[in-house]
Amino acid sequence: MTRTLNVKDAINEALRQEMAADNRVILMGEDIAGGAGRDADYPPAADAWGGPFGVTQGLLPLFGRERVIDTAIAETGFVGAAIGAAIAGLRPVVEIMYVDFIGTSFDQLLNHAAKLRYVYGGKVSVPIVVRTVAGAGFRAAAEHSQTLYSLYTHVPGLKVVAPATAADAKGLLISAIRDPDPVIFIEHKRLYMEDDEVPEEPYAIPFGVARIVRSGRDVTIVGVQKMVHTAVEAATLLSRDGIEAEVIDPRTYSPLDSETILQSVEKTGRLVVVDESHPRCSLATDIAALAADAAFHSLRGPIKMVTGAHAPVPFSPPLEDAYIPDAARIVAAVRDQLDKKAR
Amino acid sequence: MFDTPLQRLTPNGDLLGESPLPLEEIRRLYQAMLSARVYDRKCSVMQRQGRLATYAQFEGQEASQIGAVAALRKQDWVVGTYRDAGAMWFHGYPWVNLILGRTGDERGGRAPDGVNVTPPSITVGGHMIHAVGTAWASRIKGDDSVSLTLFGDGATSEGDFHEAMNFAGVYKTPTIFMCQNNGWAISMPRDRQTASKTIAHKSIAYGVAGALVDGNDLLAVYEVCKQAVDRARAGEGATLIEALTYRMGPHTTTDDPSRYRTNEGVEEWAQKDPIERVRRYLESEGAWDPAWQAEVESEESDRVETAVSEAEALTPWTADEIFEGMFAEIPPHLAYQQSLLRRRP
Ligand SMILES: Cc1ncc(C[n+]2csc(CCOP(=O)(O)OP(=O)(O)O)c2C)c(N)n1
Repeated sequence: MTRTLNVKDAINEALRQEMAADNRVILMGEDIAGGAGRDADYPPAADAWGGPFGVTQGLLPLFGRERVIDTAIAETGFVGAAIGAAIAGLRPVVEIMYVDFIGTSFDQLLNHAAKLRYVYGGKVSVPIVVRTVAGAGFRAAAEHSQTLYSLYTHVPGLKVVAPATAADAKGLLISAIRDPDPVIFIEHKRLYMEDDEVPEEPYAIPFGVARIVRSGRDVTIVGVQKMVHTAVEAATLLSRDGIEAEVIDPRTYSPLDSETILQSVEKTGRLVVVDESHPRCSLATDIAALAADAAFHSLRGPIKMVTGAHAPVPFSPPLEDAYIPDAARIVAAVRDQLDKKAR
Repeated sequence: MFDTPLQRLTPNGDLLGESPLPLEEIRRLYQAMLSARVYDRKCSVMQRQGRLATYAQFEGQEASQIGAVAALRKQDWVVGTYRDAGAMWFHGYPWVNLILGRTGDERGGRAPDGVNVTPPSITVGGHMIHAVGTAWASRIKGDDSVSLTLFGDGATSEGDFHEAMNFAGVYKTPTIFMCQNNGWAISMPRDRQTASKTIAHKSIAYGVAGALVDGNDLLAVYEVCKQAVDRARAGEGATLIEALTYRMGPHTTTDDPSRYRTNEGVEEWAQKDPIERVRRYLESEGAWDPAWQAEVESEESDRVETAVSEAEALTPWTADEIFEGMFAEIPPHLAYQQSLLRRRP
């Protein structure tokens, strides 16, 4: 049975189902259980607020304080403790309130979570999931608006997942929790309220399988998380002029489904990558390089990247709007490509 | 040690022992607390009107902020957080800058020359060590300025707190660590933040001086901060001060504290209001009358209004100006991006 659910509730449901099925799954993070300050019996179940976005709302009353742990403000502390608990057999899901705060815990991710299995000669497993919230468009300023996809993708030993829809969010989070290795699960704050058809029962979406959101023959547009939706908008505009874009959502950046992307580029001969992150050393450059390397002879025009600026995300609303790629910029990039060919 | 917080003024406004300040100075600081509250309340209102982005109120913490800064000299540093607008302003950071900061205009961060106030730290805990660095620099440069850093109880859980305290202890930097223990870190109460009996106790392990003070008592806060500043200036190193206070409002304008705390704390602490107790004291000394208070409040309200108008009248940055202020000189790769943005309609 499917029904409509938004991304936030889909994530909540995935956590609830996995926690119910497997008592090794625990949650840790700042302000994840509403009413941390109250006695154990307060606030009433429905009132638990589940952090600034309410994603973990209602889990505390179901699973108790032993499994839904409101931690002190110490990202190194709870990520490190989760790694230890994971080595000892638990499956911790930790929440870093905003991806921007990853800095304080980065040594734990970079040198511990990502490398422990390797330095143990493959013997130890670190099955942690780091859920975190990313993205611009929330009027939340430079330190609450980054995406940082490429920072994680760059680190061998980490898996990186960034769902764009509620159905993907649920299935990919379930895979992340069941995965034997560390997974960074990036949620976009501007997508939390987006609805989708979501199956009720638990299901796992495998990593490394892209989703072809829309098929087309003229140009391939790869969108990164929220930009998938912007790419679809652009594709609709282009379609009015008879240009049919194929829109691809890679869904996981590590592993990356390069095959689906390359097949599409071979078919269309054109590639536009849309990523709201900074342009340098980004997923946009990564995917562009992939096509340049492996599909060069299929390309009929230069690869285009539509990205944010190489500057902090502006706090000012009009500047922030100018910063985030929109459909018009994608359309312009596609037209630019087609013009180049015509000349 | 640290069994009872130092108090000089009871909530009723009775003086305990000797006042560390002359009456005229107390009147000046009282006026500053009133001004800070006027600003704070106006900002909350403007946020609700959609004129400011998220705002973190500091109501209830005026004595901790004004009392601490009162112990400083102009050349000293103030290194605080998103909740320390009162302290920043009292050390010379204009209202208009603070307001610009809350409208999303990065020009708000441009403190006037000679005002040693850093922009508010947004990530919790990362700024305390900067006050070790600024203090260290003073020592190396041979001037006698000191650095005051303000932070919350929650921030003491970050590893950064440990590193800052350890450095300050080992290198004897002239740093004053002012922890405003307002009882809460968003939904997390102080007793779930640390098992330490008090935060002041943590000074012992780091080998720095420590103090526990009633953070709603202007005179007591001033007194312990003045002692800490004097010690720091004399080369005797850092102090950790725990000021016991209360976050009367929500964490920020996006928060709803009724989800995680009862109103009991707010009611209890309303009886210990930092402004009211000084008012009572001044009144008992014949140094307060309602007309004066009304005048102070209305003048400050006008000043804040003027600052808001100034901020709102400023020509907004255009998209290509995103790159302003990133580097001393815009490097070629950004100049190229800037040119693209200029070309865009
Ligand atoms: C590194 C980091 N982690 C988490 C947050 C989210 N956050 C913002 S304020 C806050 C609570 C801080 O509490 P405290 O230090 O006591 O200061 P208060 O807000 O009470 O003044 C948290 C968890 C953050 N901004 N930065």
